[in-house]
Amino acid sequence: MQTEFDETMPLRTSDDVVRVRQAVRARAVAAGFSLVDQTKIVTAASEIGRNTLDYGGGGTLRIEMLRNGRRRGVRLTFTDQGPGIADLTQAMKDGYTTGSGLGLGLGGAKRLCNDFDVQSTPGQGTVVTIARWT
Amino acid sequence: MSGHRSIILSLITRHHQRLLTAWLANLRRDARISDPRRAAETDELARRFLEEFRRGEAIAQFEDIHAAEWQPMRELLEDLSRDRAVQGHSAGETAIFVLSLKDPLFALLREDLGADADRLANKTLIADRLIDRLSVFTVECYARAREEVISRQQQELLELSTPVVQLWDGILALPLIGTLDSARTQIVMESLLQRIVASGAEIAIIDITGVPTVDTLVAQHLIKTISAARLMGADCILSGIRPQIAQTIVHLGLELNVVSKATMADALALALRRSGKAITDRKQPAAPEA
Amino acid sequence: MADIPILQIGDCLLVSIQVDMHDRLALALQDDLTERIVADHARGVMIDISALEIVDSFIGRMLNNIAAMSRVLDAVTVVVGMRPAVAITLVELGLGLTGVRTALNVDKGLALIRRIIDSPERDDADRVR
Repeated sequence: MQTEFDETMPLRTSDDVVRVRQAVRARAVAAGFSLVDQTKIVTAASEIGRNTLDYGGGGTLRIEMLRNGRRRGVRLTFTDQGPGIADLTQAMKDGYTTGSGLGLGLGGAKRLCNDFDVQSTPGQGTVVTIARWT
Repeated sequence: MSGHRSIILSLITRHHQRLLTAWLANLRRDARISDPRRAAETDELARRFLEEFRRGEAIAQFEDIHAAEWQPMRELLEDLSRDRAVQGHSAGETAIFVLSLKDPLFALLREDLGADADRLANKTLIADRLIDRLSVFTVECYARAREEVISRQQQELLELSTPVVQLWDGILALPLIGTLDSARTQIVMESLLQRIVASGAEIAIIDITGVPTVDTLVAQHLIKTISAARLMGADCILSGIRPQIAQTIVHLGLELNVVSKATMADALALALRRSGKAITDRKQPAAPEA
Repeated sequence: MADIPILQIGDCLLVSIQVDMHDRLALALQDDLTERIVADHARGVMIDISALEIVDSFIGRMLNNIAAMSRVLDAVTVVVGMRPAVAITLVELGLGLTGVRTALNVDKGLALIRRIIDSPERDDADRVR
């Protein structure tokens, strides 16, 4: 597997979330994603980016563009040193559809990705890694 | 390690015409190439292959053919494999291209080193391994290229099997044939939504007569498609519900949340009513067109 | 930071979302809209999202909020111009646009608002979600 792009950007303000969307879109286009796939990864990035900002107290996003044989992928790693996720099952629920606002909506973001992983330690922080492949 | 390299490479360089002739003769026999145009292509490829060997200065070792100096050779073999894969030749045929070089090459080595049995055995083994590596690489390229061909054909098949038809102004029909899996659903949604945008349709009839079973997964895919169409301002009507399907839906407690009709005809009648259209009888039926 | 312009078409308000929205802008829009609905006696609110390449849960919540507030003020909300890629993604995301009707474009949106307002009984149960 080769890495063709690897950059980290800050996620500390809502303007950063806008920049994140633009940067992820640029990588998705460069990787040759279809329009629908581009939209999916950028939307997932927007969801998780906002979580990192709103619940994680801000953090960073690492964007990687990968090549595995003929398949190309975009991998995003969201890191924060926030309170962490105490109940992962709850976090995976769709908070917005039930209206309770308790869930982080990670379940929805997961459906938009090919790869999805959450590592979180309460009190220490959270790392969410997602990827989408051609 | 330059000892064996220079002997094999220098043999190929000095006797390259003889080698080429013998190789081509083997290829024609083993690969059973009868078509003259393909024979000419193969000749050309073989010529270029030996040319790469002749530029042997760059090749420092025989063990790792994925190193940078082997790139021109790899590209040549990749082109060959891709070409063969796309044209539908077999993996064996593709491997034979490289393997047929063994006999003439070993013959050259025997000629040159015949007196020294040990050295001959050693060099022959090295040449043998190199050609094996190259032919394995060739077959791997072939396999990848075949997979791409198949995957492209699958995609085309998927797209062909989900036509969206305009029944009337503002009324689309989507007859689904076969099972609805997630890959298919993506294509179906894209086709349907594009058609909604292009035609401005506000009603889409999704007919599932041709869908063999409706289980929870299929129902989810249908719901997704219906929701997507709704977001584009088009209402959906489900039609082609066979009695067994109706039973399964109730049995599984599936909430489809959409108006459903048994037949497409019923669905069309409803769609026309909703569009404010009515069908009346003419006084005289029109004569059939000549 | 410019606020989002709200146009008046008859008894409808038209909002065209062109920029990437963040919290302050979204809140400002919701405030402005509610004020305008009352001030202009609007019966319909049309939100044109044809310029949006992404609709995430934040935008979704905003749209739902606007629809809810409009309903309280007896106005119909229609979202128009959703892009196919966005619709497919929203469906996958599982985001439900409750109480938000949709139409393909501004023309159809206006026609829909007309149909709903002019019909004797408001078809709230129909065409929701």
